[in-house]
Amino acid sequence: MKGIKKFYDKEVLHIDSLKLIKGSIYGVIGPSGAGKSTFLRIINMLTMPDTGEVYYHGQPFPLSPSERLLLQRKMALVFQKTLLFKESVWNNIAFGLKARRYTRAQIEKRVNALLEQVGMKDLANRYADTLSGGEAQRVAIARAVAFEPELLLLDEPTANLDPSNIELIENMILKLVHSKDITVVMVTHNVFQARRIADRVIFINQGKVVETGPTEKMFNEPDCESTRLFVEGRMVY
Amino acid sequence: MKIRNKGLLYKLILGLMILSAFLLVAGCGEETAPAEEPAEEEETADEPELIDDYITLATTTSTYDSGLLDYLNPIFTEQTGIEVQVVSQGTGAALETGARGDADVLLVHDRASELQLVEEGAFVDRYDVMYNDFIFVGPAEDPAGVGEVSTAAEALTRIAGSEETFVSRGDDSGTHRMEMRLWESAGIDPAGQGWYLSIGQGMGDTLNMANEELGYTMTDRGTFVAMEDNLDLVIVLEGDPVLFNQYGVMAVNPEKYPHVKYDYAMMYIDFLMSDEGQELINSYQVNGETLFFPGYGLE
Amino acid sequence: MSRLLEGIVEAVRLIISLDPYLLQIVLLSLRVSITAIIIATIIGVPLGALLGLKTEKKTRLINKIIFTFMGMPPVVAGLIIYLILSRQGPLGVLGLLYSPSAMIIAQVFLASPIVTGLTMVGIRAKGGEVEETARSLGASSTLTTWTVIKEARYSLLGAIISGFSRVVAEVGAVMIVGGNIEGHTRVMTTAITLETRKGNFELAIGLGIILLIISFFVNSILYNIQKGGKKD
Repeated sequence: MKGIKKFYDKEVLHIDSLKLIKGSIYGVIGPSGAGKSTFLRIINMLTMPDTGEVYYHGQPFPLSPSERLLLQRKMALVFQKTLLFKESVWNNIAFGLKARRYTRAQIEKRVNALLEQVGMKDLANRYADTLSGGEAQRVAIARAVAFEPELLLLDEPTANLDPSNIELIENMILKLVHSKDITVVMVTHNVFQARRIADRVIFINQGKVVETGPTEKMFNEPDCESTRLFVEGRMVY
Repeated sequence: MKIRNKGLLYKLILGLMILSAFLLVAGCGEETAPAEEPAEEEETADEPELIDDYITLATTTSTYDSGLLDYLNPIFTEQTGIEVQVVSQGTGAALETGARGDADVLLVHDRASELQLVEEGAFVDRYDVMYNDFIFVGPAEDPAGVGEVSTAAEALTRIAGSEETFVSRGDDSGTHRMEMRLWESAGIDPAGQGWYLSIGQGMGDTLNMANEELGYTMTDRGTFVAMEDNLDLVIVLEGDPVLFNQYGVMAVNPEKYPHVKYDYAMMYIDFLMSDEGQELINSYQVNGETLFFPGYGLE
Repeated sequence: MSRLLEGIVEAVRLIISLDPYLLQIVLLSLRVSITAIIIATIIGVPLGALLGLKTEKKTRLINKIIFTFMGMPPVVAGLIIYLILSRQGPLGVLGLLYSPSAMIIAQVFLASPIVTGLTMVGIRAKGGEVEETARSLGASSTLTTWTVIKEARYSLLGAIISGFSRVVAEVGAVMIVGGNIEGHTRVMTTAITLETRKGNFELAIGLGIILLIISFFVNSILYNIQKGGKKD
């Protein structure tokens, strides 16, 4: 799969050209307010760019709502501020499958298999509101991968979590991605997390893609001075 | 905000004070001018000293809705200073209110019940103060043919026979009690019939409903005349002597309820029974019609 | 004092013996108000959801209108419906005045703004987030709307129950448009007014007790729902 994505947003985000390669884990790093979340929202079509176009499999994003829905169904976005539906964990995870009109038997099989895989079987019948922050985030990620999207967008999946939960979630992401061949774009403010998980890193600053490249290159010998400063933990303006 | 509101409030209070002072002066002026001559004849202590108090009058909707009390009470207040607070209810409720000691004086129309309650000691000093008459009203087409008969009993028989809508006060008022007696004397029990609407509301509401439903009802003449302009109803029966309606005025027994303002109540009763009061009642007209006739009107 | 006590004793006796007059009034009250609240729900929930999903800026004027109608005095509602249904009114030909239907219409008129307004507020509180979450998981617009409504179900039930409490307890509108006709349009509140005026306190107290019980019942449900909304 070759995905070419390109978009434009005057105020928050200004990207001339950017390609995402299938099967990679992208870490999107950059200071707060750099436009990282907007970047994800535009890919997911929750926000429309003012100018420019996004291409998927070499095709521009369609304009008709029904086609857009079909394309949107190949992606999943996990928000920074997770919202679980006021139902059981099981029903939450089944939501995307129900939306795609899977049969009852298929849904049961997939949800149960996924719960097993990520070790959350004991949570299945818990009510969403009773979960801890870490559990809720794991459910949200499981919910997003349940229907096996081609592209998984994660917005700060471990913000405000303690180290043990962060580790659990990072392992979960890696496990899922490798077993299901999903392309991941993960926004994080934590450069170490990007280094731990990502194959490739995109550095966004002040609404512009400053540099993108393989993780090791970005951390060891970046082309841009500002990238070097940022990954070293110093601020760039 | 608060300060502004306060300012407004003070202004309002001040305004009201000035206004009431003005009214008081005006009241005094009127009082003293004609009273000057007789005042000299009487004791000087009997100067127009106004009483700053009020009495509660429990009465029926008919006296209030017809506008009679709005005509009489200000004159009484002007002469004595006593405000009259009117609680207008059905006669049944008014009698109940008085019998509980929640009023000082009553003006109602259910002679039999009144006399009985005086007998029982709830009320004292009862007088036949005035009377009016009841009439039957209905749609101009008069589908039941009530206009062809001359007695209330025949009228009710026709209405029941034709099953035309009849709207009843149904509120245990004097009017309602009178209506029930008439049904009884006609030998008909209308309760529960589909055409008989018992609504438990005042005369005005009842007339409005009869008007809307193209039905008949029995009403006191006063309320009907006062509302006639807004109604399509016409008088279909009047003049049957059984339709005369005697009003009585009486005071709540101060021996039973020491807190009642018996003295002021008596001043009100004396006012209504005086030549002036009786003349005022006789002179009150709505749409050119006299509604209440002074004194005792039965037989 | 003893009068009140006697009244209560007699009232309880009337309730326990299922006095037919009292029973008929209670049943009519419930029939009218429940029908009204069902219609108000059908109108108010989708409308409130629609408005709740729009940004507050876009619906500012509508908000103000709805909030005004939410606080409308029942007698004013009664007056308006009266004028519309009266023989000279625009819908006079239907002959609905002084019928249970007229009372239902008046109560729908009173309850719909409450259901709409509270639904709107409830959905607006979380609606945006729920909408995006559902869409990001591939929900169609129908499923998205349904999910938003379902997620706001505690607010919606609260809205519906608030509407019901208001109409079942109001007297002004049903008195005017229903006319308090015995056996036909007499409901609990108008009967209490009448029986009090007649000095017939036993029945008034009996109906008052029933109204309080209904209110207690309904508010208990509301309380449990709101508790359930937080934790369950």
